[in-house]
Amino acid sequence: MIPEIGHFALALALSLAVVQSVLPILGASRGKVRWMQSARSSAIGQLFFVGVAFAALMRSFVASDFTVRNVAENSHSLKPLLFKIAGTWGSHEGSLLLWVLILTIFGAGVAVLGSNIPAATKARTLSVQAWISVGFLSFLLFTSNPFDRVFPPPVDGSDLNPLLQDVGLAMHPPLLYFGYVGFSIVFSFAVAALIEGRIDAAWARWVRPWTLAAWMSLTAGIALGSWWAYYELGWGGWWFWDPVENVSFMPWLLGTALLHSAIVTEKRDAFKSWTILLAILTFSLSLLGTFIVRSGLLTSVHAFAVDPERGIYILGLLALSIGGSLTLYAWRAPDMEGGGLFRPISREAGLLVNNLILAAATGTVLFGTLYPLLLEALTGDKISVGPPFFNAAFVPMMLVLGLFMGAGPYLSWKRADIAGVLQRVRFVAGLTGLVTLVVWYLISGGPFLAYVSILIAVWLLLATLREWALRIKFMEAPLSETLRRARNLPRASHGMTMAHAGLAVAMIGMIGSSAWKSEEIVFVTPGAEVAIAGFDLTFAGVERLRGPNYIADRGRLEVRRDGQAVTTLYPERRSYPVAQTTTTESAIRSTLAGDLYASISEPASEEAASGEAWTLRILYEPLVNFMWLGALMLVAGGALSLSDRRLRVGVPRRARHQGGLRLPAE
Amino acid sequence: MKRLIAVVPLAFAVVLGAFFVWGLNPERDPSEIPSVLISQAAPEFDLPSVPGVDVPGLGRADLTDNPGPVVVNVFASWCVPCKAEHAVLTRFVERDGLRLFGINYKDEPEDAATWLSDLGNPYERIGSDLSGRAGIEWGISGVPETFIVGRDGTVLYRYVGPIVGEDAVKKFTTALAQAGALDRELGS
Repeated sequence: MIPEIGHFALALALSLAVVQSVLPILGASRGKVRWMQSARSSAIGQLFFVGVAFAALMRSFVASDFTVRNVAENSHSLKPLLFKIAGTWGSHEGSLLLWVLILTIFGAGVAVLGSNIPAATKARTLSVQAWISVGFLSFLLFTSNPFDRVFPPPVDGSDLNPLLQDVGLAMHPPLLYFGYVGFSIVFSFAVAALIEGRIDAAWARWVRPWTLAAWMSLTAGIALGSWWAYYELGWGGWWFWDPVENVSFMPWLLGTALLHSAIVTEKRDAFKSWTILLAILTFSLSLLGTFIVRSGLLTSVHAFAVDPERGIYILGLLALSIGGSLTLYAWRAPDMEGGGLFRPISREAGLLVNNLILAAATGTVLFGTLYPLLLEALTGDKISVGPPFFNAAFVPMMLVLGLFMGAGPYLSWKRADIAGVLQRVRFVAGLTGLVTLVVWYLISGGPFLAYVSILIAVWLLLATLREWALRIKFMEAPLSETLRRARNLPRASHGMTMAHAGLAVAMIGMIGSSAWKSEEIVFVTPGAEVAIAGFDLTFAGVERLRGPNYIADRGRLEVRRDGQAVTTLYPERRSYPVAQTTTTESAIRSTLAGDLYASISEPASEEAASGEAWTLRILYEPLVNFMWLGALMLVAGGALSLSDRRLRVGVPRRARHQGGLRLPAE
Repeated sequence: MKRLIAVVPLAFAVVLGAFFVWGLNPERDPSEIPSVLISQAAPEFDLPSVPGVDVPGLGRADLTDNPGPVVVNVFASWCVPCKAEHAVLTRFVERDGLRLFGINYKDEPEDAATWLSDLGNPYERIGSDLSGRAGIEWGISGVPETFIVGRDGTVLYRYVGPIVGEDAVKKFTTALAQAGALDRELGS
């Protein structure tokens, strides 16, 4: 009964979406207020019905209703409750339902919160959002119905992929989708503006909070996914340039560019058609990600069950939405007037450099990701593009970006005084050089690029903090004056400082853990000793443990440094009899200085016959935790900026929305 | 000029879209790894027999001048998937009259002998590749791997990983039938 309610609710949501995709936009062109206003209730209605469907699916998972095919294939009665809930979005169908749910959340969000947006623009935006809804709801209902029944029902389910049974990963898809799909509303705003043929500073101001919200979630989602890969996969890395990682990274890069170009549109009425293009492309890349993950187009560790029919359907959706919006762009964008003029050295020019580098970086990642497909289509050769390409092409671009990023905030709008800027960063530049020399002295050995990267990360951090200190006259004026200035500074400004500093901190983590990491892979029998990065580890053996739906072999490693006992590590190897897979649970000793990381697996060699030998993988990743800290700061910076009063002006006091985002950072 | 630039993103998207349409072709399997050996003569190698196993060793000479195509399977007793695959291969040999040769890869002879006496020996010849040298010649990426070799000693097909499960068996059977390695095909 419950699954049928869910199915029915989806059908109702689709019919509402069809109405919403036509009526408001017609009303906007004919000036019929009632028609335009209908968007509000239909957007809320869509959210309600999709919410009901999602709740119905979740209920089927929690109650282990194995008459539902999706539940039978992705759940198991012995699975812990949290992972039963997470199982709701663990499959292709369920995750698509989550996708649509978030789509309708953003639609309803604009309907309810966007009371400062003119009626016609709002109506058009919501209609465009409904077009996307229609596409994906019909995709869900006609090719991937999550409520399909199976008869006779199996006695028990075939379990969710155990790798995915993890708290970090349970939260990863919702956050990632919130980011991905959040850009849909920005896309809808852009298409609505193209239809109206008008874009101004006010438009940029409506779009910015939604862009920020989506960008924050995407940042958090990517960081969480990376963290999961780091401690769950047992490979001891956090980014592998896998196609599916890349497709989540590209909207982030372009979304970051959009965030910055929207500032120029808002403040200086410039970069208009470029901002529109970025809004369209950012969401297009999100759609491309959905397509690549679900079509089996490229090989990846992430693939869902592959089905050509689904691939063709999504490609059709892609052609309509991306092709349609870019056609509209080609037609309308040339008529948009350019805004304020600026000198080659100015805030605008700085942000232009930011945009160019980010766009080039996105292009590089896109090219590297699709190159195997392009090459195979043209020559028939099969290759894979690995980290060496991305590291060689992408990293230098980011370094240049970091260099400009440190200086950008010092520049003033229209024309900046270069001599004054140089004077103000002189001290910071000197300090940066000094710190780099100290690092070089302390850790000699390591690639040259690592020192260059450290130089740039330190420069970015110090320059950002210095700029902030200058603004609030830190150490220059009495403390009370500084505090008053800090209070009066817009939150968006604090947010920028926080996010830029966060990127610098994350960079330090990335550099440390990739340039100075040490790794040992050894075959050991109990009693064996391994030495790494100043630690001495003794392998004490393996014991067998029983979990709720798995059996574990848990190794024990005594860790000492200079003869002193430091800790004991318990890496595990879990085998899930129902799903017939094994996973690695690494043991990590985390400190700010670095992570000592151990994982265990059965040996892939002859010694296996004896049953006593194990493969141990021990890694020391220096500074890696700075990366997660930096990611947190990026998200916090976004949140601070989102809580800025200027973005809320005219927004009715729906306190829940604001309250949740306000941070105790003052 | 401005108009021209505005069309660029659309043109770019259309070109990419064309590639995607091509990529969705259901016949295409992006995870298929082609072997450099395909359509080439099987590599030069000569392996002694496994001590304690009563079938002769295997070399390049055994792969030429056969009446029909044969199958070379790389296996080891320490490889768990090989155990699962063993049953499938045995069935091919017993039911379809497949001619199966083995390369015992980096394995202790005693372990291999025990393994074969426990599970049965479907192999006509087995070469003992203790050093893994023959494995390098064949360009294997792991164990198990299976090759179909034509009657003149040309490598016709390579399968990476265990031939276990409906999909894999179907794929391999199709390849065998195309090569004419199944008894029934020879008779017709």
